[in-house]
Amino acid sequence: MALTLSDVKRIAHLARIEITEGEAAQTLGQLNDIFVMIERLQSVDTSRIEPMSHPLGGSQRLRPDEAVNANVRDAALGNAPAQQDGLFLVPKVIE
Amino acid sequence: MSAAELSRMTVAELGQSLSTGSVSAVELAQSYLDRIERHKDLNAFLDVRPEVTLAQARAADARIARGEGTPLTGIPIAHKDIFVTRDFASTASSRMLKGYMSPFDATVVEKLAGAGMVALGKLNCDEFAMGSSNENSFYGNVLNPWDRSAVPGGSSGGSAAAVAARIAPAATATDTGGSIREPAAFSGITGIKPTYGRASRWGMIAFASSLDQAGIMTQSAEDAALIFNSMLGFDPRDSTSVERPAEDYTRSLGSGLNGLRIGVPKEFFGEGLQPDVEKAVREALAEYVKLGAKLVDISLPNAELGIPVYYVIAPAECSSNLSRFDGVRYGHRAAEYGDLIDMIKKSRKEGFGPEPRRRILIGTYVLSHGYYDAYYIQAQKVRRIIADEFQQAFKQCDIIAGPVTTSVAFGFGEKAADPVAMYLSDLYTIPGSLAGIPGMSLPCGFGAKNRPVGLQLMSNYFEEAKLLGVAHRYQQATDWHTRIPKDFT
Repeated sequence: MALTLSDVKRIAHLARIEITEGEAAQTLGQLNDIFVMIERLQSVDTSRIEPMSHPLGGSQRLRPDEAVNANVRDAALGNAPAQQDGLFLVPKVIE
Repeated sequence: MSAAELSRMTVAELGQSLSTGSVSAVELAQSYLDRIERHKDLNAFLDVRPEVTLAQARAADARIARGEGTPLTGIPIAHKDIFVTRDFASTASSRMLKGYMSPFDATVVEKLAGAGMVALGKLNCDEFAMGSSNENSFYGNVLNPWDRSAVPGGSSGGSAAAVAARIAPAATATDTGGSIREPAAFSGITGIKPTYGRASRWGMIAFASSLDQAGIMTQSAEDAALIFNSMLGFDPRDSTSVERPAEDYTRSLGSGLNGLRIGVPKEFFGEGLQPDVEKAVREALAEYVKLGAKLVDISLPNAELGIPVYYVIAPAECSSNLSRFDGVRYGHRAAEYGDLIDMIKKSRKEGFGPEPRRRILIGTYVLSHGYYDAYYIQAQKVRRIIADEFQQAFKQCDIIAGPVTTSVAFGFGEKAADPVAMYLSDLYTIPGSLAGIPGMSLPCGFGAKNRPVGLQLMSNYFEEAKLLGVAHRYQQATDWHTRIPKDFT
């Protein structure tokens, strides 16, 4: 199953990555080459196989429910592209 | 001791010299900093801060003087720029994180510093550890010390080149589909990834969380074992960290090989394997037979499906992990934009290079509505088939051996325009990564254009000590791992 140009643009939108017409056309060819390789998986009979989500299986370990207060606000904000009064600044979202 | 003599010493030898006082940690650090400066053209290092390194070295000397040193105190180490560090910039070789200063150290970095190791700086790699040639770094190519026209391998290309050029005695690295073993093979050094869950992923910039695992690159298996003793172990901050008692990874270094069954998978010697690599690997297997091991024919029938499985699972997990880069909290923000969505889209387009963008798109697609079961779940099922085949194989053998790569290091640009050709570089390393078992690469000779060849050894889960012992026995009997590229002796 081959992707179309509009698929590529839709995926790029979902992934929140800007893409031009020219880039979308180039990406389309590359993604289709990759999907030809991936399609080989469809021929494997996996009807009785459980998906493997983690190499060692088992369930997720939970830590004790104890409050941890690692106050790193200022250090974390130090890497923000724009910040003020302890807040991250973004363009206005509500008109 | 001369600077050249110091650069040839292994971690084990440096530990001796430091504890007897024949060299100080400060002298050693300075000598490596000088070498790093002299061989800047390799582009292995992205951030070097001599004042940080020398301060750590002075602290190590004081610790040794107090009689509180460990076998690693005062020994320099460099970190792949995937581990976050408080004292050096942490970029993942991406424009997205240019100049990023982490508020904390990765657990692996913290543990090695805790043992007294001295950080030399941060090493170049493929952007977000995605690549097999280090050509995907925003900060330029790393040159292979054996041949400057060849790639060093990737994604841990800077780590491999640094150890090969002896500008670092050891380097941390990470492996998602082969990013330790493949560059170790291409650069003629020793590299090992442990069982998934052994090394903490806390502070390791995430690519594909069910596969990412830290490991080490060194001159020898013995050095890797020494460093593993301080580097690995349970970390409550990593939810996939394995809770097991501490181990001495050097405990099998003196073991003989009599009766050891080495499984040789026929699928690793099929079409595509270059004759020069096959010859060197077969000779290494013959050496093992001389040392008392027995070769057993085994089969991993679906191992070759590892590549399609990997290129569904790794991009899926990468698209999820990299969604945190939005130009809001940290990382690159575009200079000009309209609304919030436009700001995020432009920031991500500019901040990520072509390979992360490509993988994010693949991942977004395979996880999208209507395709999740057909791609992602199907890939997870085939992943289990591959992992189960390893368990079948380990009923017939103790160790699995074969080539690391189909060919020796290729040249710059040879595969850069063809993603699928590049992805095939990891044909023999991906199956072990999918299973989550330990794997390593040892230098075992030279192939075309006098470029190094790697022997891959894999063991079952949690058998790193045995694996390192088997590798060490080979390195006692051969001298491939002591070879140094001619401009760096």
